This record gives sequence, structure tokens and C-alpha cells, in this order.
Amino acid sequence: MRRDRARTRVPGVAGAGAAVAVLFFAIPLAGLVWRAPWSSAWDVLRNHDALQALRLSLVTSILATAVAVVLGVPLAWVQARVAYPGRTLVRALTTLPMVLPPVVGGVALSLALGRRGLVGQYLDDAGVHLPFHVPGAVAAETFVAMPFLVLTLEAAFRSTDRRLEEAARTLGASQLGVFRRVTLPLARPSLVAGVVLCWARALGEFGATITFAGNFPGKTQTLPLFVYVTREGSNPDAAIVLSLVLVVVSFAVLLSLRDRWLSVR
Amino acid sequence: MTLQAHVRVAFDTFALDAEVDVDDDELCVLVGPNGAGKTTLLRALTGLVPLDAGSVRIAGEVVDAPRDDLFVPPERRSIGVVFQDYLLFPHMTVLENVAFGLRAHGMRRSQARARALEWLERVGLADRHDAKPGTLSGGQAQRVALARALAPEPALLLLDEPLAALDVQHRATVRRELRVLLAGFHGARILVTHDAVDALTLADRIVILEDGHITQVGAPDEIAARPRSSYVADLVGVNLYQGVAAGHAIRLAQGATLTVAENHAGPVLAVVAPSAVVLHEAAPAGTARNVWPGVISGMERYGDRVRVRVDGDLPIVAEVTADAVNALGFRNDSRVWAAVKATEIAVFPS
Repeated sequence: MRRDRARTRVPGVAGAGAAVAVLFFAIPLAGLVWRAPWSSAWDVLRNHDALQALRLSLVTSILATAVAVVLGVPLAWVQARVAYPGRTLVRALTTLPMVLPPVVGGVALSLALGRRGLVGQYLDDAGVHLPFHVPGAVAAETFVAMPFLVLTLEAAFRSTDRRLEEAARTLGASQLGVFRRVTLPLARPSLVAGVVLCWARALGEFGATITFAGNFPGKTQTLPLFVYVTREGSNPDAAIVLSLVLVVVSFAVLLSLRDRWLSVR
Repeated sequence: MTLQAHVRVAFDTFALDAEVDVDDDELCVLVGPNGAGKTTLLRALTGLVPLDAGSVRIAGEVVDAPRDDLFVPPERRSIGVVFQDYLLFPHMTVLENVAFGLRAHGMRRSQARARALEWLERVGLADRHDAKPGTLSGGQAQRVALARALAPEPALLLLDEPLAALDVQHRATVRRELRVLLAGFHGARILVTHDAVDALTLADRIVILEDGHITQVGAPDEIAARPRSSYVADLVGVNLYQGVAAGHAIRLAQGATLTVAENHAGPVLAVVAPSAVVLHEAAPAGTARNVWPGVISGMERYGDRVRVRVDGDLPIVAEVTADAVNALGFRNDSRVWAAVKATEIAVFPS
């Protein structure tokens, strides 16, 4: 339902500034559409390397989202519900990837999980290889994308009506049962929003992936990396078409979440 | 004895120290002003608030005893709770709400749903089993909450202000429904309220809780007749009469007849606030029909007000100011006339 609003007269300065801002966002997209090689677009999409990058992007972003859910849901719950010393510090730490340049995240991941990294040397001995392997791309994407899920869900867990959880306990539900049957279902809209945002961020990940996992076709060369490489090299047309694919996907995601993120309450 | 509890819980600025025993099949109404500790007492019984000292025993099993380091968590206590605002799970259907406790106790899904449907039939809401709680009226939500609390067949049922969320128009109807439904539950029940009519019409026994302590316990007529504090006097210290109504007349057990403003039929409870009773030195002139002669048999002073007990065809308590008592020279054995306007008599079906 749409509420009627009183019409606001837009002052000239605000209107002009807002219009320029909108253009600033819109023109780059127009550029993509303008220069897209529409006639050969289909061939580009059927190109083996491009398809491989697209497939790898889908696989790694979905895996990264799955890891983020498995680790992020408990983290969000603890952050929302457990008052422990250092909680603010942990929140800053787990939110850092959102504001950090992804390249920096990639460097840090290398030093930690790389072949001779802090933890990576032991992983290597154990036969787990992250750089230049699919799990490396997944790790990089998870690192950058998980905060989106955690922050969204933490807010939801924080605002849950705790009395409903108490009611569930008096009805015989264990703490885990309460979480599974009351807390999580009540947070479902936020969970969905968090998962979609996390996935979209993972799909678009570039800096951390190329720095940490490398640019290895079929293993770590995801779609954004492929776009970058082809633009620099042989096939700038392919870069434009694949960029448009990413734009369409991301735009669709935002529109699907419009009630949550794009509408003004 | 289904419930034997001595609850001691202390917060920064508040201490609760109350002993409550409730028999099988007994409905105990807990009354007290806001902040007296009623809800805290219920939460302590359920285990949502652990005791600091004392003990809680439900159906023979000790569920909380700090001295013995014993604490049974809420999910393993045989207690059903009807919460204030009902707290139905908004993401589940009515049926899933009622089946929740059964499922949590390990009952198979199909069986739990069948049992839940039986409970919904019992509260007259089987046809709404597929509805979401948000679409129910207050009275319906209350019945679902009751079915949900009773479905796992607890030994003890707690109701926290079950009528407070309803508007005045629907209260009387819902109260009547609640009484019928509660009568069908053969376990111990504690109902919390701060409404005098709820307390007087529903209770087998009333327990008054003030500032964390129990100040009076007794049958409704006993407490109404002899309130021990000014709070109790204000709240439930009313004149309570049982009788049979026919039109505007209510024939009372005591033999007298009350004239009331509205039509009623069948057994009723009539409530007259002492402040609505006017005392005269001689038979009042005019057409007032609810007038009885009597003799003052006692006077109790609460602050600057005095509760005057009048014995006669209709024993009645009037509340007047201390100044009026002095001015009119009332003393024990004074002959007086008590008068009540028809519009001042509240009538509840019983």
C-alpha cells in the first residue's frame, strides 16, 4: 500500500544536485549499453573461456554464500544476544572487510592463508591448497561478502520479540529448538536479504580474489577477473558484454530487495 | 497440592518474597498493583527467572531450589502459560501454534496436528486452524493461546492478565468464555489480574500481592467484605451479591431485591462499590428504590475515608469521608438508611 504524501516543492539547488548525481550513476551504464557489441553478444556468451568464468563465478559465489551462512548465522546470533567483553571490537573486526579495499584483504589473506602464511603453511602440509585453487577464490569471496549477511541478520536477531522465544520455552522447546522454530523463521526476511546481498557481493568480488587466489582460468578466474583481463587484452567486446551480464544480475538483485533496501520508510 | 512455592527474587530496587500454594482443580487469582511483582512471580514459577532463594515444587517435583543447587529449565517444567498479549507465533498458523508444544515434547507431526485440531474444536476455533494469528480477534487469540498452553497437558496453568488486552465491550463476553474453558481444565491455575471483577468472578481463592509481599489471602467474598489494606479495599473491597435476575430486578440470596438499570436474566453477580452507597440518618425522601434500613456494625478507617458496615435486610458496606462520619455523629449501633442508585450497580452473569 502506498501512503499519500504531501507534495514537496523541490528547491532548485537540491534538484540540480540530485539530477547530476543520478546522471553520474546512470551514464556509465548507458556507456556499457551504448558500446555493447549487440550483434556478436551471443557469440561472446558462448565463448568457452567466458562460459568457464561465468560457471566458476556462480559456483564460487554460491559456495562462499553457503560458508557465510554456516559461519555467519551463529556469529550474528552471538553478536546480537551475548553480552561479552570485546563485543564491539569483534563487531568492528568482522565488519572491516566492508570498508577495507578488497586488495588489502587479499594481501592479508595471502599472508595468513597463503602457502607460507601464518596458518597457510600448516594447511599446505595438510594438503589444503588455497591460492590458485577454487577454495582460494571461495575464501576470498567469503571474507569480503560475509559481513553483509552478519550485519543484516544481527539487526534482525536484535529486534526479535524475546517474549516469543520465552513462550516457546515454556511450551517445551529447547534453546536450539527455539532458535530453529521461532528465532530463525521470524528473521526470515532478513536472512533472505542477507543471503542475497552476500551472494551479490561474492559474485562481484575482484580485488581480494585476484590478490589472494590469483587469476588462474578454470580455478580462480571468476567473471570479474575475466572481464578485467579480456578488456586489457584480446577481446574488449567480450568484457563489455560480460560486464552487462553482471550489471543485469546485480540490478535484479537490488530490485528484488526493493522493499527492504530501496524504499523509504 | 499441585504447586508449592516460596519465591524469593531480588533485583536492584525490588524484592519479591511470596509463598503460594495452589491445589489441584483450584483457580487462584493473584491481584496486585502495577509493579507489585505479579509477573515476576509467574516468571519465577516458569523458570524464566531463577530463584535467589526458596523453592518451587510442581506436582511433587522440585523444579527450583537454589540451596540444593537444583534448577529445572522452563522447557522441562509441566507448566502452561497464557501470556499477556498472548504471544502467538506470528509466522505459524493457528494449528501450528497449538501443535508447537506437542511437537516440542517429541510427538509425531501428524499426531500433533490431529491433537491440536481437537483442542481448537474444544475452544471453538477449528474453522480458523489455517489462519495466521494476526487475523484473529482478541478473544479468538486468547482462546488459541489457551489451547496452545493446555495442549501439552501441564499440571499447572498460568494466565498473565488474560483479559487486559481486550477492550471493555468484549471483556464481559470473553471473561464468560474463559470461565467456561477454565472450568474444563482439572489442574491448578493461577490467574494474574488487576481487575476487581476478574478476580471476584473467576477466583476460588484470591491472593493479594503488594510490593513483593502477599498481604492477604482468602475467598472472594471474604476479601471483598474484609479488605486488610487500603489498596485491597479500593480494588476488591466491594459489595458482592449473588442473585437471580429477571428484567430490572435481582432477587438476592439474602432475600432483598435490587433494582438495576439494565435488563438481565438468570443467575448473576451484582457488584456495588462502597463509594456509591449513600448513608442517611432518616429514610430518604424521593423515589430511590434501593433503600434499606440497618444498624452500623463496624467502622474501619483507611486514611481520611471510613468503611461503614451496615447490618440489615441487606448487609452493605459504605465508604464515606471521616468528616461525614463526624458531622452525622455515626457510631456503632447507630440506625441509618443505605441508598444505592440503580445505575451504580454492576451486574455480571455468573
